[in-house]
Amino acid sequence: MVTAGIDLGARTVKAVIMDGSKVLAKAITITGFEQKQSAEEALNAALKQAGISRKDLAGLVATGVGRKVCLEPPISADREVTEVTAAAMGAVSVHPAARTVIDVGAEEGRALRCDEKGAVKDFVINERCAAGAGTFVEAMARALEVRLEDMGPLALKSTRTIPMNAQCTVFAESEVVTLIHERTPKEDIAKAITDSMAARIASMVRRVGIEKDVVLIGGVAKNVAFVEALKKELATDIVVPPEPEYVGALGAALLAAKKE
Amino acid sequence: MVRKDIPDYPTEPLKCWDEAKALRRKYYEDYLTAHEKGAIRWAGGAWSFSAIPDGLGDDVYCITSEPYGATIAFFKEFAMKCQEASEAAGYARDLCAYMRNYWGSALRDEYILADGRIVKGFPTPDFIWQDHICCSHAKWYQVLREIEKKVKGKDIPMYCIDVSVGSHIPNLHDELTDWRLEYVTRQLLDGIEWLEKVTGRRFDDKKMIDAIYNEMRSTSLWAEICVWNANVPAPLDEKSMYSLYVLGTLMKHKKECVDFYEKLLAEVKDRVRRGIAACPHERCRIITDTQPPWGFLSIFRYLEREYGCVSVGSLYTFGLIGMWEVKEDGSLGPKTVPPKSALKDRETAVRMYAEWMLNKPEWPHFFNPRVKSELIIKIAKQWKLDGVALHYNRGCEGLSVHITQNRLDILRAGIPVMAFEGNMGDEREFDMPRTLARFDMFMESLGLSKIKKE
Repeated sequence: MVTAGIDLGARTVKAVIMDGSKVLAKAITITGFEQKQSAEEALNAALKQAGISRKDLAGLVATGVGRKVCLEPPISADREVTEVTAAAMGAVSVHPAARTVIDVGAEEGRALRCDEKGAVKDFVINERCAAGAGTFVEAMARALEVRLEDMGPLALKSTRTIPMNAQCTVFAESEVVTLIHERTPKEDIAKAITDSMAARIASMVRRVGIEKDVVLIGGVAKNVAFVEALKKELATDIVVPPEPEYVGALGAALLAAKKE
Repeated sequence: MVRKDIPDYPTEPLKCWDEAKALRRKYYEDYLTAHEKGAIRWAGGAWSFSAIPDGLGDDVYCITSEPYGATIAFFKEFAMKCQEASEAAGYARDLCAYMRNYWGSALRDEYILADGRIVKGFPTPDFIWQDHICCSHAKWYQVLREIEKKVKGKDIPMYCIDVSVGSHIPNLHDELTDWRLEYVTRQLLDGIEWLEKVTGRRFDDKKMIDAIYNEMRSTSLWAEICVWNANVPAPLDEKSMYSLYVLGTLMKHKKECVDFYEKLLAEVKDRVRRGIAACPHERCRIITDTQPPWGFLSIFRYLEREYGCVSVGSLYTFGLIGMWEVKEDGSLGPKTVPPKSALKDRETAVRMYAEWMLNKPEWPHFFNPRVKSELIIKIAKQWKLDGVALHYNRGCEGLSVHITQNRLDILRAGIPVMAFEGNMGDEREFDMPRTLARFDMFMESLGLSKIKKE
């Protein structure tokens, strides 16, 4: 049975096509303002890669913050599921021993505990401000004038620990600006930012409780410094699956094969 | 257990709904116009020993502070003006949101009625009769006195009862020792002399005893109404319960309140007998804990409409007005009202009233997380709940302080729980789309999907 999952996130749209448990294709686009168009682009790119058309899909499930637009034509998903449901299902599929899933995307950080079937047992989400989410790192990268993808490797060069106290992006940015004016090396500031974010996410994970194995998914999982900082904060190993940003869409595609 | 199918229970509006609304409207109007009739008006909290000032006569009207703050919160535009007025006067945003709304109304010298009409002139109370149940309650009126002195040059006499002895529910937690009871009783007896002095009126013990008896009956009746909501399907939903329990927060000592709750109880029993549901598609039952975000009560309708999830009450509605006891079979039930003849004289009646009030189950949540957790877990079992939604209410530190601990306790008891952030009275701290997104996740984790519309 060929199914698809679309994860319409705040920053990117991910589409995954599956045949049973085998991934046939996947694609990613920037979400932008025209969400429906972006979702359509991601789905079409994945369909093209798989060499099939929309009518070949036996099921299509949407997830992510913008999932509702995927219920409308032209995508016309069969149903929607929330991010935690998709994340749990996806994480258990890529790492069957996953019991705690940490999902850090652009807008939100989430932590959940699940069972061996990928059913959610408990979850928590970060507070309303963007600290602890990918948007925070993106804003800080802008303040430091470095590319987002360079933030992790840059932070790994630092050996200093500089505490950052601010809880929201706006105030954190002013702390970063102060550090810049104090001529603090960029790598030290980058580490301070990732450490700070890891501390907030770790605090959230502790609220839901740590049960091994711990799997980290979402776009921020690609930040190597963040992963290291989070391992240190939680004092546990963390599994980062290949292409962690696709795990939510993967979970949605697997759910598309199941009856509601 | 949540139901996977979608039931279709019969439903109908409450017959006594309009009467509840009318009583509430009249309450705020009576307070406003009291002086025109030569009557007395006083201010104090919904937790206050409100039956006692009734010994001053039949023409005594009060305004209780928290429901007034909540009324302001419901009208978001006026609430914002009140909050701005409080902040401009130098009061911090992290203080009690009800209190800031109330102060803002006084600072603006404007009064809002139950239907949202705003009238010029904040009705200054003749005296303040308060009890200090949390870190804000005495300060609330200390500041009001300062505001009224500054705005109108009036010096309002204030009496505040210290209830730091805490509260208890027999067989559930803690003990009410003689000296604890004596401490509060003596303050109330002194307070009666103070009331005579500041009003120049002679105190009528019989009128006070009538009011105490009314209060015992109304608060026991409300608990009984809540007990009936343990039935499946629930005859009442939380959003509607707010419009019903509020009468207890305004006038729990008045005969009108007793009469209304008797009528409501009869109607609720009738609804249960006929299988009338508050939510026609009830397939999941939850409760909440503290005050809700008053400007956003539509979240409850969202849960009912989209998921068939009905909130059958809250610790706030159950415990602020309901008076409970643990029955012989271990269940929670309405506190037994003593015979009126037992309230034989001033001292005996005041002592029995103090003992009654020191039973208030909402009270220990300010200082003891274990008690709150135990009560939620007990309610979850008796009311057949599928989950609990906790409100990180930034507008009330006192009732939110232990939520992280409560969450863990409830989870350990095997009951699914979620927390959402907000503020009971300040819309700037509530994010509706994100709150609904969290509820969506919680519903899914309970195994529910949205009810498909035709």
